Amino acid sequence: MASADRCGADDWVEVSYTLLEPADRATNLPEETASKPLIAWVKGFALSGAAMGDDLTVRTPTGREVTGVLTDILPGYTHTFGQPPAQLVHIGRDLRERVDAYRKGGE
Amino acid sequence: MASRTEAIMARKGEIMKRALGMDYAEFEQSPIAFDYEGMMAAHGYSLEDITRIQRAGGVGDTPLLELRNLTDLVRSYSEPGHGARIFVKDEAANMAGSFKDRRASVSIHVAKEKGYAGVIAATSGNYGAAVSSQAARASLKCIICQEAFDSRHVGQPEIIEKSRICEAFGAEVVQMTVGPELFSHMLELLDATGYFAASLYSSFGVSGIETLGAELVRDMIGQTGKAPDYVIVTHAGGGNTTGTARGVRRAGAADTRIVSASVDLSGLHMASDTDFNRKSFTTGHTGFGVPFATWPDRADVPRNAARSLRYMDRYLTVSQGEVFYVTEAMSKLEGLERGPSGNTAMTAAMSLARDLPRDATIVVQETEYTGAGKHHWAQLNFAREMGVEVLSGDPATSVPGKTIVIPERPEQIRAKDFDMAKMRRSYVRNALAHAGEGYVPTAEDIEFLAADTNSDAAAVEKIIADL
Repeated sequence: MASADRCGADDWVEVSYTLLEPADRATNLPEETASKPLIAWVKGFALSGAAMGDDLTVRTPTGREVTGVLTDILPGYTHTFGQPPAQLVHIGRDLRERVDAYRKGGE
Repeated sequence: MASRTEAIMARKGEIMKRALGMDYAEFEQSPIAFDYEGMMAAHGYSLEDITRIQRAGGVGDTPLLELRNLTDLVRSYSEPGHGARIFVKDEAANMAGSFKDRRASVSIHVAKEKGYAGVIAATSGNYGAAVSSQAARASLKCIICQEAFDSRHVGQPEIIEKSRICEAFGAEVVQMTVGPELFSHMLELLDATGYFAASLYSSFGVSGIETLGAELVRDMIGQTGKAPDYVIVTHAGGGNTTGTARGVRRAGAADTRIVSASVDLSGLHMASDTDFNRKSFTTGHTGFGVPFATWPDRADVPRNAARSLRYMDRYLTVSQGEVFYVTEAMSKLEGLERGPSGNTAMTAAMSLARDLPRDATIVVQETEYTGAGKHHWAQLNFAREMGVEVLSGDPATSVPGKTIVIPERPEQIRAKDFDMAKMRRSYVRNALAHAGEGYVPTAEDIEFLAADTNSDAAAVEKIIADL
């Protein structure tokens, strides 16, 4: 069974693995990219129990077996809308007034 | 010893030939020229066939809407007699929320017909959602490779939303850190799985967009009695411009002018781990628009079906702040809450409409879905978190990666013309460089370069002489 830091077999999880070390990366990359490894994350069903940070093999939705480090259990999404940017909040009011004024102006 | 990346890239031709089920060698004519129309026609599907395929997939026949409030807004500050009518093709009404469904539908149909077990695409854009959705309907497996995070595992909300929607459609999403090796990993996955390459740049994908151009001409004739004077296309890799323009022409609209539009991201490096999260647009920007227009064959297929210089009459650029302003304005004035990237062309249209007579017509040929993450509020909030300053003021003063300047008034929305002659020169230089040192172009090569740059043989010869 899944807990905050441990997954069970067949739990839906995310693993991370290094695709390329810096030395193996493409040429002509900017230094800030070339100096970093190329990392990947993929989600799948755990083939065994594991603790966060352990090596784990998952079966992905296409049936591939991918081995990486367990990084998340029941991985979700938290992206949102956030607050209205102050620079945008007047646009609707101002533009409706302008269109109204234009139409009243006899066009 | 060759690195892992070099080793797989060396096998690109062989892997893509199997993964696309077509051999591009048969269209090659010289180190420069190839039979473009022959390549485009090789799949054998007519426009009617493609329309049928798309209707079965819930794709196409999207509404064409006249934006009367936005048009009157532009007229309120235009010179007397000016302010063209603005229309929009609401492509967000497609199955997975963008025109990319048209592109995906043909590739998925071909993959299914040819018996592939699955499809793979490398994309951080709406195309991932389109491929995932169409693959689900066709009972095909699907892998989407996405450039999603910087090296700190921080991702733009827009891309994270695109990861989510692909997974919602059952796709396997490989989220990666920044780098062009996304494509070499896609090749490794194609090689390992034997799946079909649902490339953005194959003739299947670009042919699928032709229906959009043909539909908007038909819709405009229905609503106004004639084909549009201008079609504005948000431009990145060139497929949208190419497919739409081909469809417009196939519908018989020979005089409709094709204008491409991109967000200006000059100064930001597309492969930079630090610039990655300092841009608020992940597509429809000059970072793809210029390099792909001036060298289309940088794509993942041997010959790119998206050759935008063939069709582009003008190329306009707008700033990030202007697009966010117009996205908010469209929502409030027209009841159309749509994603910001798809509104790039709308922003250019507002600028262009001001300079045209009132009886002229402009069609903005796409919108895209919006929602948490993929929304102008989310993008601006994220930009601020990444250290980009968000200001009100004159958008002409903005510096990509440092400031986003939201206009204070709609009069401040002014698109800039990109130098088309410079792009044509750059394309010809690239074509000669790729042909190899010492190669002398033949008369046929000159004809090909003239067609590929929408110019003539004399103009191409002059460019070559001046290089």
